[in-house]
Order: sequence, then structure tokens, then C-alpha cells
Amino acid sequence: MSAVDHAPHEHVVLTSEGDQELKPRSALGPAELLREVGSVLRMSEAEAAELTVEEADPSEDQTMIINMGPQHPSTHGVLRLMLELQGERVLRCKPIVGYLHTGMEKQGEELTYLQGGTNVTRMDYASPLANELVFSMAVEKLLGIDGDIPERAVWMRMLLSEINRMASHLLFLATNGLDLGAVSMILYGWREREEVLRFLQKVTGLRMNHNFIRPGGLAADMPAGWRDDVLRLLDLITPRLEEYDILLTGQPIWRERLQGVGVITPQEALALGVTGPILRSTGFAWDLRRDQPYLHYDEMEFDVVVGSYGDCFDRYAIRLNEVRESMRIVRQILDRMPAGDYRIQDKKITPPPRARIDESMEALIHHFKIFTEGFRVPEGEVYVAVESPRGEIGCYIVSDGTARPYRMHIRAPSFVNLQALPHMMRGGLIADGVAIISSVDPILGEVDR
Amino acid sequence: MPDDPTDAQRAEGDTTAPAPGVAEVHGCPTSESRGQLVVHPSPEEYLALLRALLDDGYHVCVDLCAVDYLTSESARRLPDGVGAERFEVVVNLLDMAARRRIRVRVQVPEADAVLPSTFELWPGTEAMEREVFDMFGISFEGHPDLTRILMPEDWVGHPLRKDYAVGRIPVQFSPGHADPVAGSPGQLP
Repeated sequence: MSAVDHAPHEHVVLTSEGDQELKPRSALGPAELLREVGSVLRMSEAEAAELTVEEADPSEDQTMIINMGPQHPSTHGVLRLMLELQGERVLRCKPIVGYLHTGMEKQGEELTYLQGGTNVTRMDYASPLANELVFSMAVEKLLGIDGDIPERAVWMRMLLSEINRMASHLLFLATNGLDLGAVSMILYGWREREEVLRFLQKVTGLRMNHNFIRPGGLAADMPAGWRDDVLRLLDLITPRLEEYDILLTGQPIWRERLQGVGVITPQEALALGVTGPILRSTGFAWDLRRDQPYLHYDEMEFDVVVGSYGDCFDRYAIRLNEVRESMRIVRQILDRMPAGDYRIQDKKITPPPRARIDESMEALIHHFKIFTEGFRVPEGEVYVAVESPRGEIGCYIVSDGTARPYRMHIRAPSFVNLQALPHMMRGGLIADGVAIISSVDPILGEVDR
Repeated sequence: MPDDPTDAQRAEGDTTAPAPGVAEVHGCPTSESRGQLVVHPSPEEYLALLRALLDDGYHVCVDLCAVDYLTSESARRLPDGVGAERFEVVVNLLDMAARRRIRVRVQVPEADAVLPSTFELWPGTEAMEREVFDMFGISFEGHPDLTRILMPEDWVGHPLRKDYAVGRIPVQFSPGHADPVAGSPGQLP
């Protein structure tokens, strides 16, 4: 749909992405070339041109457009990057996404509110509980029961969210190490993540895609002995993080590879809508858990970890320390977890207990109706946001009064954060590109939905 | 004040009443949805309103998406003077300094599904507008790179429109499966 009519190149013929691809310089005007830097900094064209003096418009025979992905191992899934290179230097970069698009938002319109959790949990598969939480909170707000969720359910949600954040960041630490050649790190990170997932499996029944946080509360209560399991997990991971520090944080090669690489400023990050660890790495302290608290995060004591340079090392250090902050929150939750119900006792939303079905015909009918027809949600529209490990995950739901959402949209943090990639890659080396992709920590299931 | 008409309307669940305390934002009518502030500009006022909101401190455009109201008249209540159209573009803004959010909902007619692009205000909306273009066929004037983003470039149709069927994939490799589409991969010799 671009206004520029460009000659078809080989790559255009071979794939079905056509105009979505990075175009050769000869097909672009100077304004389009400078758009990437200039518009983000809200500069005039002349000011932007000064920034790009070093490039001085290399002629096309000096540059090369190559594809990285969609099957490249360091792209964390099926992300395809088109890079314009001059030697080893990246001049331009364009992420091409959509290879994992399965129409989950469309499918969300076909599923009842009770089934919706199974759909959204598969979007960001590294932090499924954050997806379920934001979806459930949006549905509860539409139902008008967001203030009536039992205390135990709220605390359980917080506990599981934080434990999920640990698992997600451990995954990041593992893959970040792998991407940069610290191959042993993937074994260590995976080992610890698996311990965390084992706990989640004991609670929810599944390692991933839990569908455990549901509108009205949770699917089940905590299993017997959960408290010991959590304490064991915390005792296990604390010294392991110290080991990561020894292996990576202070290591000169690691610092050389990450420091000063992929720098982004707070102004750029805000203009691009970037949230989460990438925004915090610029020194901008913004965490929805502290700044727009939900659940009981306002009663928790924890620090929002920020960086100061906005580079890949800051993003690594932030995620590492956020694991520690999450553990701090988890310890506080253990002290304060109340007894009580794990879901709201609202007959419209909550199915009857299993035991009642054996003795009561009404309970059986009620159970059947809830799982076949679902429950009706009053008309309206609402946007709810929570802090996922990757940034602000939001859920916009429009209800027309039936048992299925009229429109269900997830604001995926990875989708937005990915747009910062061209700005961070610009002018860097292609080998640093791998570090930068890794530090964005995109989950392509969420990008493509 | 029990005799305040807006209070009475709200008690009946009528969300068309203006938001309490904020009758209008930069000349555009407001409403309140589950305690969240919503502004309803016309397509002509849309860009000017967003620019004014950016100046007000809404430095982050968190989300931009669209809704197709083709099959539902009841799902949507609008303030007086705002005519309902088939499409609606929803923009969620965030003011980090004041820790407040605002939502802008603009009606987009089917016959002329074009809005000005917000790229100049928030460059981060580039991919979001591409997604809306891809999924709903709403164009954004002034967008630097308005192409499909999730679907292949040669795809026909806009999947999140309500008149776009969910569809099925014929089951492959099952000879017994009766497939209504003749010549589809579902039928083996």
C-alpha cells in the first residue's frame, strides 16, 4: 500500500510478504530513510540528517539487504528481520512479523468468557498467568465484581503472578546467555525455570498454558504442602542467582558484549510506547505494580529496578534483579496469605462444588448451563492493564450482553516493544543485533496472536 | 444530588451520561465506562484532540485498536450528538506523570474508512495502525508504511470484520471425512 512504486526484487517474488518487506534504498525517498530516527526524536528532517552524517547515503552497491530469520535460532521463534548492511554495520532494520498469526483475537469472539482463558493463556506462553490475570480482571470489571473477589483469591493471584515472573525472567537469562555464547547459561537458567514450572504444575496441573486464573477467582485452591514448596523454591533459587552473578554479571567478556550495545533513550522509549524492562533500563521508573497498583501490590514492599544507560546490560541486570524482587514479594505473600475462598461465591459465575452435583439436580443443571452456555456479561467496554514480565499487558473487551465477548483485544507488550528494535539496531554491528533481539525478550506468540 | 439527571441516568446503567466532573475534553463529549474516562471525538476532531491530549501530558499511546459494530447495535452507547458508524477506533492513552488514563473512541464510517494517522504524535502507533488496517481495512492517512502486518500481503479480506467468517480448515489425511468443499485436500482418491 506504499505510495512508492518499486521494482520487484528477488525476495519480493519469493515470499508472500511483498510490500511488508524492507525496500531497497533506490525505492525510497530521503524522507522515508530518515523517518526512523527523525520521527521518534520528533526532530525536523534537517536535524535528523545531521545524525546520519556518518552514513552519508552509501550507494546501493555498497550495501546489502539480508534476511535474518524467520528460522534463525536467536530470533526466539519466528521473527524475521530484514537488515540493510554495509559491511558488518546495520544501517536499517525492519522486523517482519505474522508468521505465528492464528487469529486468536477472532477466536476470542467465539469462546465464552469461561473458555476465553484457554485462548489468552497461549498468547504470551512464557508468562501465561499474566495473560489470564488481565483477561479475568477485565471480565470482572465488566461484571462489576472486581471489588468482591475473595481475599485469598487475590493473594493467590499475586503469588502465582510473581512466581510466573520468576520463571519468565529465568527463561530470559537462559536464552540471553545462549544468544551471546555463554552456552552453559541455558542449562542453568532452564534448570531453575523447570523447578519453578514444577511448582506451577503442582498448583495448576500444567507446566504452561495453565488456564488457572479465571473470571471470579481461580480454578482450584492451593495444594497441600504448597508453602513448603515455595520456601524450598526460594531457598533453591537465591544462591543460584549468586552463581549467575559470578558466571555473567562481573565477567569482562559478558560486559564487553552488552555494555553500550542497543542504547535507547527514555524519550525514544516513551514515543514508541515501550514498557517493561526496556523502559526501565533507560532510568525511567515505571512499573504498574507500583504506579497504578492492582491486586494488593500497594501493600507490598519492593523496589522498581531501573538502569541508567538504556543498554543491553541494563536490561539483563534489571531482569536478574527483578527475580530477586519477585522473591521478596513472594515471601511477603507467604506471611500474609489469608484463609478463605479461592473464588467468588456468585451463583451466576461460579459453578457449584463437585460434591453438590451428586446430590442436587439444580446443581447439575447449573453446572451444565455454566459450562455450555456460559454466563452473560453486561454491555460495556473496558480496558485493564497489568505489569507482565515484558511490560504492560492490556485487555480491551467489548461486551454486547451475551456470554461471548463482542471484541477481545490484547495489548501485547512484545508487539509494541519489538518496534524499538530498528532504533536499537541502527548503526550497530550485526553480531550485536543478536544481543539486542535477545534483550527485547519478545515472545512471538504474543506478537502475532 | 438525587435529582441530578445525570446521576439518575447513571443509576439506570445508561452510560451515555457525561463522565462526572468532566462534561467535555477539548470540546468533545465524554462518557464513563466502568469508571474509566472516554472521549468521543468526530473523525474531523480526532487528530486535534489527540494532539491536545499529548500536550496535556499523555505522552504514551498505549494501545490503538478497532471494533466492528456490524452485528450489534446494543453493545454500544454513545453520547448525544455522536452518530454511530460501523467501525470504531479505540485509542488508549497514558499520562505517566499524573498516573491517569484516557480512552478516545472515534466513529469511522464504512463508506469512508479513513482516519488521519497518529504517527507524527506517537511513532509507536505505526505497528498498531498497520494491524488495524490489516484486520479491519481502515486506512490511516499519512502513515509512512501502511501495509499488512500479520496476514500475508496477498491475503484477501480483513479477518476481524464481523462479516468475515471464522472458517474451517478441511481435515487432511482422513479419507472417511465428508468434506463439503469439492476438490479440497480432505478427499483422497
